[in-house]
Amino acid sequence: MSEESIGGALDTFPRLLLEHARVRPNAPAMREKDLGIWQTYSWSEVAAHVGALACGLAAQGFKRGMNLAIVGDNRPRLYWAFMAAQSLGGVPVPLYQDAVAQEMAFVLDDAEIAFAVVEDQEQVDKLLEVLPQLPRLKHLYYEDPRGLRHYSQASLMSFDKLLQVGRAFELHNPGFFEAAVAAGRPEDVSVILYTSGTTGKPKGVCQTHAAFIAAGRGCCASDKLGPGDEVLSYLPMAWVGDHLFSYAQALVAGFTINCPESGDTVMIDMREIGPTYYFAPPRVFENLLTQLMIRMEDAAALKRRMFHCFMALARRCGAEILARKAHVSLSDRLLYAIGDVLVFGPLRNVLGMSRVRVAYTAGAAIGPDLFRFYRSIGINLKQFYGSTETCAYVCLQPDGQVKFDTVGLPAPGVDVRIADNGEVLVKSPAVLKEYYKRPDATAEVIDGQGYFHTGDAGFFDADGHLRIIDRARDVGKLANGALYAPNYIENKLKFFTHIKEAVAFGHRRDEVCAFINIDLGAVGDWAERRGLAYSGYTDLAARDEVYDLVQKCVEQVNFELAADPIVCDSQVHRFLVLHKELDPDDDELTRTRKVRRSFVEEKYALLIDALYSAKVSQYIETLVKFEDGRSGKIGADVRIRDARTFLHAPANKAA
Amino acid sequence: MSCAQRNFGDVVLDLRNISLSFGGVKALSNVSFDVREHEVRAIIGPNGAGKSSMLNVINGVYHPLEGEIIFRGERRREMDTHQAAAQGIARTFQNIALFKGMSVIDNLLAGRNLKVKSSFLAQLLYWGPALREELEHRRKVEEIIDFLEIQHVRKSAVGQLPYGLQKRVELGRALAMEPSLLLLDEPMAGMNVEEKQDMCRYILDVNDQFGTTLVLIEHDMGVVMDISDRVVVLDYGKKIGDGTPADVRNNQAVIDAYLGVKH
Repeated sequence: MSEESIGGALDTFPRLLLEHARVRPNAPAMREKDLGIWQTYSWSEVAAHVGALACGLAAQGFKRGMNLAIVGDNRPRLYWAFMAAQSLGGVPVPLYQDAVAQEMAFVLDDAEIAFAVVEDQEQVDKLLEVLPQLPRLKHLYYEDPRGLRHYSQASLMSFDKLLQVGRAFELHNPGFFEAAVAAGRPEDVSVILYTSGTTGKPKGVCQTHAAFIAAGRGCCASDKLGPGDEVLSYLPMAWVGDHLFSYAQALVAGFTINCPESGDTVMIDMREIGPTYYFAPPRVFENLLTQLMIRMEDAAALKRRMFHCFMALARRCGAEILARKAHVSLSDRLLYAIGDVLVFGPLRNVLGMSRVRVAYTAGAAIGPDLFRFYRSIGINLKQFYGSTETCAYVCLQPDGQVKFDTVGLPAPGVDVRIADNGEVLVKSPAVLKEYYKRPDATAEVIDGQGYFHTGDAGFFDADGHLRIIDRARDVGKLANGALYAPNYIENKLKFFTHIKEAVAFGHRRDEVCAFINIDLGAVGDWAERRGLAYSGYTDLAARDEVYDLVQKCVEQVNFELAADPIVCDSQVHRFLVLHKELDPDDDELTRTRKVRRSFVEEKYALLIDALYSAKVSQYIETLVKFEDGRSGKIGADVRIRDARTFLHAPANKAA
Repeated sequence: MSCAQRNFGDVVLDLRNISLSFGGVKALSNVSFDVREHEVRAIIGPNGAGKSSMLNVINGVYHPLEGEIIFRGERRREMDTHQAAAQGIARTFQNIALFKGMSVIDNLLAGRNLKVKSSFLAQLLYWGPALREELEHRRKVEEIIDFLEIQHVRKSAVGQLPYGLQKRVELGRALAMEPSLLLLDEPMAGMNVEEKQDMCRYILDVNDQFGTTLVLIEHDMGVVMDISDRVVVLDYGKKIGDGTPADVRNNQAVIDAYLGVKH
């Protein structure tokens, strides 16, 4: 990458944008599917639009140091809003688009938002609902005018109108945009990302241009990404993963961002685009595999047999072939090549991953079997480790050094240390500048030597790879003093396609018990095949047959746990299948679908007590929130089952 | 959702003293009502009250025995289905009447049939104006797909879709005609609460954005009271009530028809 350009060093995102517009004006920068057809914006077009948008915002009174809220699905025009705000020396603050109005109100108030760019009527309605609580919020711009014709609020303006205002402003103030970009400094805050808040209220993480550019450069260099690569941007823009993988890296490396038509069409759009670089949290890979398995069950007998036959081969040597290991026999290599033509290639095609060179997953631990599945069919799936506070850039798995149970080596420029209590500490250019307006919280996580305390517990293995076992504060002890890492057990349970979510309990108790959420898609399909009629989740979850199914999974996990002396005592003794799905709308999960452990513990205390008594069932009524904001009650008699446990036997490891 | 003051235009459809019988069965007797530009007009009534027959009279499937229909100033005894369609009347059916084996796009394109201007031969050659026209139709259809949020099933065969989605596709096909008057025969039958809410929103959006006048038959009283501007109540082929939802709700004859009376 050349460091010389019109604006001096390429050390802020707007300067990177202008550089790409200069070097590769006609290369595709962004694509979006509109009315069934992919529309492309070249780098020069994007730069021109961003210029107009920045001028529009400036004309409306947006100034250096102000924050711009951005709410909506991944759309090119919303990404322009990021760039426009940064060009003016302002700070974009993306919000989770599926958050309810009250959750948004907190962030909007905390970030002192006066200007907001939102996607559509849904978001406008939410913001208007909380407008009375937000005296600062004066300007709302909407991208999609549908349904907004009759809205007469003075604060509303369409995105197109804003661009017009901007172009008029540009005519009268030539050079304004360029001057604003030139005034930017790398140590300016480039974005405030609010943490999902597994504990307490969300905190705004302030990251500088320098931090995200360093993270982006590091990733791009280690995976050799550049112009010509394609990424599908479909994960929430408010999430650090999307900001790094789509926004920061695309601007650093100059590759193309592709925005799907809608949340429901991601799979179809992915097949059409064929991204070369793909990123998804483990649950997406899990869902894909679940769907694939369901469809495989429906396939013709011959295809099914071929699938199972070659998958057995892939399990044996696929991952090794991908890692270019030497010890695979020639006959296996030949068979794998045939399998690649008949099964693996078509599978990758169905998944939309035919062209994927590098795929990443992070955000939660991925089941080893799930991980192995993707690698064994030839998809270069790797893990990395990071958090919002570290620009999602701490450890990466380099090609050829992929292990199933680690998150890889410390990334270039990152210093990782393990504290005495097992907590992972990080020092790098990508560590947060501060929590917005929260010096107390900042002081809590960054120590005197500049190390950021991640809150994760882990250790380095013999090869120097970092292995994360759990959140440091979740790791506990059983009553007998044995280590208890709930995530470890839950992840093992969640790997079964029939189990969607699991919550384990055991800290300072004699034994481990668990809540299970079944996967309605997979178990529903399973039930259909057996002619089991059911009316909905609650009904299906209470079935004896379903309990039998879950029991088998739990006992399999117990069998595996028994193999490892450290976690042997963590076998699940009793479990229940919850009568409702854990839901972010009910505050049981975060927006990134992590379990809010303490909240769940409090809410379902009645059921936990029942698990640790001799009861065989417990009646419970739960308040639920529907999508439209109304609430109702679900009541059910939840049954509790005992699961078989095993004695410690090292030989189990083979199973 | 509810606008403070809704303004309606002139009467676009005026039905006067309509009577219809099949053999000895009187399906409709002496029913009169009108529909104003831009309003949502509901027809309700118990089973067999003659609601669907009324729609069939409006778009010319049935020809009334007596009475007259005035549509956009033109007075006639009976409509003809082609005529009705050409004049901008579209409808959906109580039991879905889509082409099950065809994709969603093709079903919607079928709704554009009357808008096709190029000749059969030109279309066969797929050249010049025919090509441009095809592109224009496809764009219009895509707008409807976008409007109804069915992008994810655009290329799926209609027969494989869940019922609620099929209903949406049927509404889409009617919209593809760009009608000025849209007749909906039980658009929400067999739907769950969430699907009904979605459908209500689409119907109101159609009315609001395209300015389409709507006549709809619906059994769900909650829906009718929420979205319609005026309601006609039929019972045994006779009109027993007509007015705003509030008027109709308090009408004794209507209450009797629905809840029954002691004889």
